[in-house]
Amino acid sequence: MFSFFGQVWDWFADGDHWSGNEGIPRLLGQHLQVCAAAMLVALLVALPIGLGLGHLRKGGAVAVNVANIGRAIPSFALLIIGVQVWGIGDPDPPFGWVGSLPTWVCLVALALPPMLANAYVGMSQVDDDVREAAAGMGMRGSEVLRKVELPMAMPVVMAGVRTAAVAVVATATLAAITGFGGLGRYVWDGIKQQDDVKLFAGALLVALLAIVVELALAGLQRLLVSPGIRRSGKVPRRGPRVGVSRSSAAHGAPGT
Amino acid sequence: MVRQLVTHVLAEDIGPKWLYWPWVADHYSEISSAFQEHVSLTFWAVLWGLVISLPLGIACARWRWLYVPTIAATSVLFTIPSLALFAFLIPVTGLSRATALIPLVAYTLLILVRNVVIGLAAVPSDVVEAAQGMGYSRTRSLLRVELPLAVPTIMTGVRIATVTTIGLVTITATIGQGGLGQLMFTRGFQIDFRTPVTVATLLVVAFAIAADASLLGVQRLATPWLRKQRV
Repeated sequence: MFSFFGQVWDWFADGDHWSGNEGIPRLLGQHLQVCAAAMLVALLVALPIGLGLGHLRKGGAVAVNVANIGRAIPSFALLIIGVQVWGIGDPDPPFGWVGSLPTWVCLVALALPPMLANAYVGMSQVDDDVREAAAGMGMRGSEVLRKVELPMAMPVVMAGVRTAAVAVVATATLAAITGFGGLGRYVWDGIKQQDDVKLFAGALLVALLAIVVELALAGLQRLLVSPGIRRSGKVPRRGPRVGVSRSSAAHGAPGT
Repeated sequence: MVRQLVTHVLAEDIGPKWLYWPWVADHYSEISSAFQEHVSLTFWAVLWGLVISLPLGIACARWRWLYVPTIAATSVLFTIPSLALFAFLIPVTGLSRATALIPLVAYTLLILVRNVVIGLAAVPSDVVEAAQGMGYSRTRSLLRVELPLAVPTIMTGVRIATVTTIGLVTITATIGQGGLGQLMFTRGFQIDFRTPVTVATLLVVAFAIAADASLLGVQRLATPWLRKQRV
C-alpha cells in the first residue's frame, strides 16, 4: 500500500510529467479551458432565465421540469453523440475557444439544470412581504430584483453555480475517451495501459481541481452574500413550516 | 432479390444512420437485456444508498456536530471523477458488479444524506413537542412523526439520486458493465455506428423520466395529508 503511494509520489516528482504535450500544465490548461467556456455560456443562459422567471413568479414548473429533464440526459450519451456529429478534431473558428465541441456541449448541458433550478427557486423563495415592502419604498421592478431579491437569493443561486462547477470539472474527465486532452487523459490512459499509478495521479488531480474550484466559489460567495443574510453550512434550524422544503430542488446535480 | 439489393444499398451507409431499424429488430434481445441490467444496477445502487443514508442522516439530525464532517466527506467523494473511481476498484473487486455498484452508491450518498437531514430539521419543533407531550419516546416520535413529515424532502433526494444514477450507469460501460452504456460505448462509439447510440440514449432518457414520475407517484401516495392541503 505504502509503496503504491510512494510510486504516485515519484510520478509527481518526475520532471517529465511537468512539461510537454502530455505534461500537467498543458492538460490542466485544456481542462480549465473547456470547463470555463462551458460554465461561462451556461451562466449567461441559465441565470437571466432563472432569475427573470423567479422575479416574475412565472414559469416555475417549466424551469424546474426543464432542469429535471436536462438531468435525465446522460453526459456520456451527449458526449458520444457529439463526437459522431462534430468529430473529435479542433473545432472550427467560431468555436475555437471552447477547446472541444462535443465536450463543451455536453458540459453546458450538464451545468444548465442546477443553475436554472436554483436561480428560480432562490428568487421565488424571497418573502412576498419583503417584495411588497421594497415596492412600498418606491422601488421599480428592476430595482427590487437587483437590490432586494438577488441579494436574498444569492446563497441558493451560488449553491447551484457551485454544484454545476464541481460537476463540470469532474465530468470533463470523460473528454479523454474522445481523444481530447484535459486531466482525464491520465485517467483514461491509465485505464487502457493498466497503469494504476497514472490513473490514481489523474484522479487525484481532477479531485483536487474540483475542490479548489469549490473553495474558490465558496470564497466568492462570501464576498457576494451580504453578512446580514449569510447562512452557515450548519443544519438549518427547525422551521415553522410543515411540508416540502422547496430548497430541496437546490441539491445535487452531480454529473461526473 | 430486390430485398438483397435494398439491404446491400442500405448497408453502404448504415454507420451514419441515426436509426437503422433492421439492426434494432435483430438485436432486440441484446437491447432488452442491457436495459434490464441498467434498471437493476440503478435499483440496487439507490436502495443501498438509502440503507446507508437514512441512519446516517438520522444520526446527523440528532447529533448536529456529525453533519459538517459527513457532508464534507460525501462532497469529496463527489469530486472524484466516476471514470477513475470505477477503474480504481478493478484491482480490488475485479470486473464484477460490485465494481460498478460501489461508486454508484457512493455518489448517491451526498444527495440522500443532505435531504434526510434537511427534511428532519424542517419538522416544526411544536410538532415534536406535541409528540413528546403525548408520551412518545424519541424513537417512536422519530418513526411515527418526524420521518413521515420529512418524506417529501427525502423523496426529492431519492428522485434526484435515481435520475443521476441512471446517467452514471452508462459510464460503467468503460469497465465492461453498464447496461445501456454498453450499447453506446462498445456497440456504437468504438466502431462508429450510430444506431445503438441513439437507441440507448432514448431508452436511458425514457427510463429516467419514467422512474422520476413513478417516484413522484409513490411520494404522493405516501403523503396523503399534503394532497388535501394542495386543493
